[in-house]
Amino acid sequence: MDVVLLSRLQFAVTTMFHFMFVPLTLGLSILVAWMETRYVRTGDDLYLRMTRFWGKLFLVNFALGIVTGITLEFQFGMNWAEYSRYVGDIFGAPLAIEATAAFFLESVFIGLWIFGWDKVSKKVHCFAMWMVVLGSNMSALWILLANGWMQNPVGYVLRNNRAEMVDFVAMMINPYGLIKFFHTVISAHLLSGFFVMGVSAWHLLRNSHPEFFRRSFRMAAPFALVAACLVLFSGDMQASVVARYQPTKFAALESTWDTQSGAPMNLIAWPDTANERNAVQALPIPKMLSYLAHKDLNSEVKGLKEFPPEDRPPVLPVFLSFRAMVGLGVFFLVAGIAAVILSRRGMLMRHRWFLRLMFYAIPLPYLANQLGWFAAEVGRQPWIVYGLMKTSAGVSANLTPGDVIGSLLGFTLLYGGLGVLDFYLLTKIAAKGPEDAVTRGQEA
Amino acid sequence: MTLQVIWFALWGLLWAIYFMLDGFTLGAGMLHKFLAREDLQRQQVIRTFGPVWDGNEVWLITAGGATFAAFPTTYALMFSYLYAPLLLLLFGLIIRGVCFEFRGLNQAPAWKRGWDWAIVVSSLVITLLFGVAFGNIFQGLPMDATGYHGSLLTLLNPYGLLTGLLFIVLFLQHGALYLAIKTSGDLQERARRTARTLWPFVLAVAVAFLAFTAPATALYGNFQATPTLWVVPLMAALELIAVRLLLAQGKWLQAFAASCAAIFLVVATGIIGLFPDLIPSSLDPTYSLSLSNSSSSPYTLGIMTVVIAIFVPIVIAYKIWIYRIFRGPVSDASEEGMGGNY
Ligand code: HDD
Ligand code: HEM
Ligand code: HEM
Repeated sequence: MDVVLLSRLQFAVTTMFHFMFVPLTLGLSILVAWMETRYVRTGDDLYLRMTRFWGKLFLVNFALGIVTGITLEFQFGMNWAEYSRYVGDIFGAPLAIEATAAFFLESVFIGLWIFGWDKVSKKVHCFAMWMVVLGSNMSALWILLANGWMQNPVGYVLRNNRAEMVDFVAMMINPYGLIKFFHTVISAHLLSGFFVMGVSAWHLLRNSHPEFFRRSFRMAAPFALVAACLVLFSGDMQASVVARYQPTKFAALESTWDTQSGAPMNLIAWPDTANERNAVQALPIPKMLSYLAHKDLNSEVKGLKEFPPEDRPPVLPVFLSFRAMVGLGVFFLVAGIAAVILSRRGMLMRHRWFLRLMFYAIPLPYLANQLGWFAAEVGRQPWIVYGLMKTSAGVSANLTPGDVIGSLLGFTLLYGGLGVLDFYLLTKIAAKGPEDAVTRGQEA
Repeated sequence: MTLQVIWFALWGLLWAIYFMLDGFTLGAGMLHKFLAREDLQRQQVIRTFGPVWDGNEVWLITAGGATFAAFPTTYALMFSYLYAPLLLLLFGLIIRGVCFEFRGLNQAPAWKRGWDWAIVVSSLVITLLFGVAFGNIFQGLPMDATGYHGSLLTLLNPYGLLTGLLFIVLFLQHGALYLAIKTSGDLQERARRTARTLWPFVLAVAVAFLAFTAPATALYGNFQATPTLWVVPLMAALELIAVRLLLAQGKWLQAFAASCAAIFLVVATGIIGLFPDLIPSSLDPTYSLSLSNSSSSPYTLGIMTVVIAIFVPIVIAYKIWIYRIFRGPVSDASEEGMGGNY
C-alpha cells in the first residue's frame, strides 16, 4: 500500500473514532444543562440527581472526545503536509479560531462544572454547563466551516504557489459549510436524545428508578423528535447544496449515470460501476430527483458519465452509505413520534417491546452519523479540496509506507484499547443507575 | 513585514504560556506517585490541577492552530518531519488526558495503581519529548532542498537530551511548588521538601544548558547583535535565584510565581535566539523556515490578528476568574461523586 492510501486510512480511522464521541458531547451537554436549569428553577431534587447521573456519562465521553481531537489537529501537518502548505493560508484560520473561540470556553468551564459544585452558586454552576454547550457547538461550527471549505472552496486566489485567502467573510458564509453545520449538529442532538431514551428504557424494563428514568425519557423524547424532523429538513438542504457544488458526488449518492432533465428517483437501485449503469433499478418516483437536486421538477441532473472516470468517486460505497443514512433518518422520525406519544401519555411501561426497541436502537444514530461522514468524505474523492487539489497531491512528501504503517498500527492499538475501556466504563455507570440520595455538595 | 514579526512574537508567546501553565500539571503528574502516599492524597494531587489542566492544554492546541494559520509552511514541514516524535507525544497526551478521568471510576487498587503509573510515565514522556524537540529546533533540523535527513535517533543528540533534561527538572520544581501551595498536611510538607531538594539540580542543568548553547546553536547571535536583549536570559537566571531565596523565606506563592516567570523567560530566550527563523536548517541557512518565507499572506495575518486581539483577552479574563474561584489549597477529604469522576 502506498503512503496516500495508508494516510487516508489513518485519517479515516482517527476522525471516525473522534466522531464516536463528538455527537454525544454536542447533544448531551444540552440535555444536562437543561436538567440543571430545571433544578435551579424548581429546586426539585430529582433534577439534580438527573444532572449528576447523565453528567457522569457525559464526562467520560467528553474526555475521549478531547484526547482524540488533538490527534486530528496534528495530523494535517503530519500526514497531509503538502495539503497544509498549499491551503494553510485559508484553511488554518478556522482551526486557529476554533481553538481560541471555542476550545478554551468548553475546557475552562467544564473544569468549573466538575469541581465547582460547592464553590459557586447553583446559578453559576448551571451557567458553566451552558458555556460548555456554547463552546462545543461553536467548535463544531468552525471545524465544519473548514471542512465546508474543502467541499466547496471559496474566498481564495491562487498566488505564490498556493491558495491564499482574499475574502474571510465568504468562507464564513459558505453555504456548504453552514448547511453542513446545521445538518451535523442536529444529527448529534438526535443521537443524544436516542442515547438518553435508550439507557432510560433499559432501566425502565428492569423497573429500576422508574420515576427517574421516566422523567429522563420524557425530556429526551421531544428533543429527539424535533432533531429527527430537522435532520431530514437539513439533509434535504444538504442534498441540494451537493447537487449544486459537487455534481460528481450527487450523482454517486443517487447512482445516476446519465444526464437527464426531470430525472426520476429510483427507490431501489444497485450500481454496476464496471458497465456504467445500474444492475438493478426499480420503483421510480417520476421527476423526484430533479426536485431534490434543484427544487424544480424539470431541472437537469448530471450523470456520472458526464465526468471522466478518474474524477468520479467510488460509487457503490457512497451510494450504499447514503441510502442507509436516509433510511435510518426515516426510522428515527417514526420512532421519535412514537416515543413522544407513549411517554406523554404515560404508556411506556405497557409497551415493553418499544422500550426494548429503544434500547437496541442506541447504536443506530452512531451508525447514521458515521455513514453520513463516509458518504460526504468518500464522495468528495478523488479531491482533497473539491476541484482544486487532488488527495494524492496532498500527502506529506517525506513519509515512507513504513512510517504510516507504524503509526496506523499504534493508533489502532491505542484507540482499540480506549474504545474497550470507554465501553466498559459507560456501561458500568449507565447500568449502576443514579445515586439514591445526593450526598455532599448539596449543603453548599 | 510588521505583521509577520507580530505573529512571530505571538507564536513564541503561545508556546511560553503553554509551558508555563502545563508545566505545573506535567511536573505534578511526574511527582504524583512519589509524593502522595495513599489514595486520598493521590486524589488530592489530581484535584489541585483537575479544574484547570484541560484549559491549559488548549494553549498547546492554540499554538498548533496558530502555527497552521500564520506559518503554514512551518506547520506542514515541522509536523511531517518530526513524525515519529510527534506521534509519541500524541500518545502521551492522549494517555495523560484520560488518566485523570478514568482513575476514579473503579475502586480496585490495581486499576488505580495502573493509572497512577500512566500519569507518571505519560507526564514524563511529554516533558522529555517537548524538551528534545525544542533542543533540536534550537540547533536546527537537517533539512535542505531534498527534504529532511534526520530520524528519531538523530534527535537524541547530547544537546537535545540536555534540553529534555532541563525541561524535566524545571517542570518537576514547578510542579512541586504548585503542590506546595495547593495541598495541605504532610503531602504539602513533602512537596516543599522536594522543591528545596530539586533547586540545586535545576541550577546545575540550567548552567550546563546555557554553556552548551554557545557551541551547539546559533541562539546567542541575536543577543550579541543587540546586547540589550541579554536582559531576558538574565531575568530568567534572576528568577531562578529568586525561587531559592523565596523558598528559604517560606514565601511559597511568590516562589511559584518566580518559577512561572523563569519558565516563561527561558522559552522567550530560545524564541528570541531563533528570530527570524522558526526552524533553522542545520545544513544550509537558505532552507531555514523563517517568518518571511513560511508565513501566511498579509490578509490572513491581519484577520488572525483581529481574532486574537478579541478572543485572547476574553479567554484570559475568564481563566483568571476560574483560577480565583479555585484559589487556595484543596481539601484533603474525599469528594467522590461530586459530579466529577475524580
Ligand atoms: C477539516 C476537515 C475535515 C473534517 C472536519 C473531517 N474530515 Fe474527513 N477527511 C478530511 C478532512 C476532514 C481530509 C483531510 O480531507 C481527508 C483525508 C484524506 C482525504 O481524502 O480526505 C478525509 C478523509 C476522510 C475519510 C476517508 C475518505 C477516503 O479516504 O476516501 C473518512 C471516512 C472521513 N474523512 C471521515 C470523517 C469523519 C468521520 C469526520 C468527522 C469528524 C470527518 N471526516 C471530518
Ligand atoms: C478533522 C477535523 C477536526 C479536528 C482537527 C478537530 C480537533 C479537535 C481538538 C484538537 C479537540 C480537543 C479540544 C480540547 O482539548 O478541548 C477536539 C474536540 C472536539 N471536537 Fe473536534 N476536530 C475535528 C472534527 C470535529 C468535528 C467535525 C466536530 C463536530 C461536528 C468536532 C467537534 C468537537 C467537539 C464537540 C469537541 C469537544 C470534545 C469532545 O467532543 O468531547 N470535531 N477536536
Ligand atoms: C432524509 C434524511 C437525510 C438526508 C437527505 C441527508 C442528507 C445528507 C447529505 C446529502 C449529506 C452529504 C453532505 C456532503 O456531501 O457534504 C449528509 C451528510 C451527513 N449526514 Fe445526513 N441526511 C439524512 C439523514 C441523516 C441522519 C438521520 C443522520 C444522523 C443521525 C445524518 C448524519 C449525517 C452526517 C454526520 C453527515 C456528514 C456531515 C455533513 O456532510 O453534513 N444524516 N447527509
